[in-house]
Amino acid sequence: MNLGSIYRAQLKTTMAVQLQYRVSAIIWLIGLVIPPLVYLVVWRTVAEAGGGSVGSYDTAEFATYYIIVMVVNHLAFIWHMWEYDYRIREGVLSGLLLRPLHPIHADIAENLSYKALTTLVVIPAAILMSVLFKADWNVSLTNALFFIPAMIMAFFVQFFLGWALAMAAFWTTRINAINRMYFLGKLFLSGQMAPLALLPPALQTAASISPYRWMISFPVELLLGNLMLREIWIGLAVQVLWIGIGLLAVKFVWRAGIRRYSAFGA
Amino acid sequence: MSAIHIHQLQKIYKIHEREAGLGAAVRSLVKRKTRDVRAVDGICFDVAPGEIVGFLGPNGAGKTTTLKMLSGLLHPTGGEVDVLGHTPWQRDKEFLRQITLVMGQRNQLVWDIPAIDSYELHRVIYHIPLDEYQCTLDELVDLLDLKPLIHKPVRNLSLGERMKCEIAGALLHRPQVLFLDEPTIGLDVTAQRRIREFVAEYNRRHKATVLLTSHYMADVEALCQRVIVIHHGKLLFDGDLADLMRRFSAYKTIVVDLAPGATAGRGAGALRPYGEVVNYTDGQAALRVAKKEAAAITSRLLADFPIHDLTIQDPPIEEVIEQVFNAG
Repeated sequence: MNLGSIYRAQLKTTMAVQLQYRVSAIIWLIGLVIPPLVYLVVWRTVAEAGGGSVGSYDTAEFATYYIIVMVVNHLAFIWHMWEYDYRIREGVLSGLLLRPLHPIHADIAENLSYKALTTLVVIPAAILMSVLFKADWNVSLTNALFFIPAMIMAFFVQFFLGWALAMAAFWTTRINAINRMYFLGKLFLSGQMAPLALLPPALQTAASISPYRWMISFPVELLLGNLMLREIWIGLAVQVLWIGIGLLAVKFVWRAGIRRYSAFGA
Repeated sequence: MSAIHIHQLQKIYKIHEREAGLGAAVRSLVKRKTRDVRAVDGICFDVAPGEIVGFLGPNGAGKTTTLKMLSGLLHPTGGEVDVLGHTPWQRDKEFLRQITLVMGQRNQLVWDIPAIDSYELHRVIYHIPLDEYQCTLDELVDLLDLKPLIHKPVRNLSLGERMKCEIAGALLHRPQVLFLDEPTIGLDVTAQRRIREFVAEYNRRHKATVLLTSHYMADVEALCQRVIVIHHGKLLFDGDLADLMRRFSAYKTIVVDLAPGATAGRGAGALRPYGEVVNYTDGQAALRVAKKEAAAITSRLLADFPIHDLTIQDPPIEEVIEQVFNAG
């Protein structure tokens, strides 16, 4: 038996759990759709007032941009940083540590199964929004193909860095403040609030140096056709780099965290 | 070779302390006072394969800390610990596949789905071959009477039902060593008995080693020939339960059933010169007497009163254990 069958079993279990919570799933989904919708309406209004465009974006491109942002963010986001504090406090982690399996696998599987289910709702929402806002779909096959690895890697960049961040719960019980900082950075520098191209150059540089651009903006820019082939390859390489950094962070922070956990009382 | 071996095992926690009040809170920002708490302080024991040992002590004695060190959740501060040839805190997979830790109020089962779904996940994680899994599951379902329970979402089960499902889940991989921390806490008498019988049966069938903590002495009496008593992190007693009773029970209770008119109307007062009257109703009396005087007092009672019936009882095990704690 290998990791593959463990993942299949974990997917089945977590999917069964998620099917139990239809209402909370719908609330989460509404939370996912509303922010891009608001930004889209705001930017469209700004664009219309400014003669039909802001920077290189016209109203239809804003629509396409935010619809892709919504889908990418949905596929890539993780929530475990909100859970670890509880897991440690309530002894849930002890249960996970007694199993002959690293707890990260259960979290990846849970994340994937949630995405598999909710994507069934997000895609129709995206289609509806593109009809309502007359989105401009002009995606080349090459970009669509490049989008796939970029999207998968965007997920892992978020997952590993987010999971390493969740480990802060081993050291502090005030993890929410840290989480808010992280998400504030993400809001501005990942392209969620505004396309990075519309930000001041200094912020654009900050976004590219930080992992945030590679979590959302990069696959979105890629699919929109805003990147040259060379930029795409560089972007993919940067994502690989951030995944490597994330994995190392997970490994070391986890090890140190467990050492602390087992020293101070599990 | 021992299934469990610990030598001079130690766990010291550093605890932050501060006085009450705002001033102390501000001072503690700059300088924190810490204090060492010796949760486990140099205990040694060995448990042979297949043995069931009761691990006793009052709250805060260090029992759970010891079990957590044995199951690899806690790193000892000092000493040696070895379970089935493994060092627990390294938590290697081979070790984790052979042990289980059941804690009374913790749950391993997924709350929202039927236990059987969690069991299936467990099967895959523990690499249990399908036929062996089916066989173990049937056995557990039968022994714990789980048939009506495992298809209901766990959140809809009562505490006792959930505990039975938890225990089954914890044993699906047929662990060789069981650490049971208050497995019957909060359960009614029937459920307690059921779990007790089950642990005995599991031990008999699989020759598993069991280290059990419980506040219910009925659990200990029913399951454990040997008990280990700890208090303030130190070992107070390690040996046969019967031996513990002999050494630490300072008194016996003589229950007499007096013939009508035996006390000549003086009631309990007539018995007071013989011992402490702990109960007197309708000619039935219970007298507490020092253990070494029990025989002499019995013969005096028999000589002085017309008696229908007389029994000499050991004090309840709870009281004896309390004596051990007080002696420690």
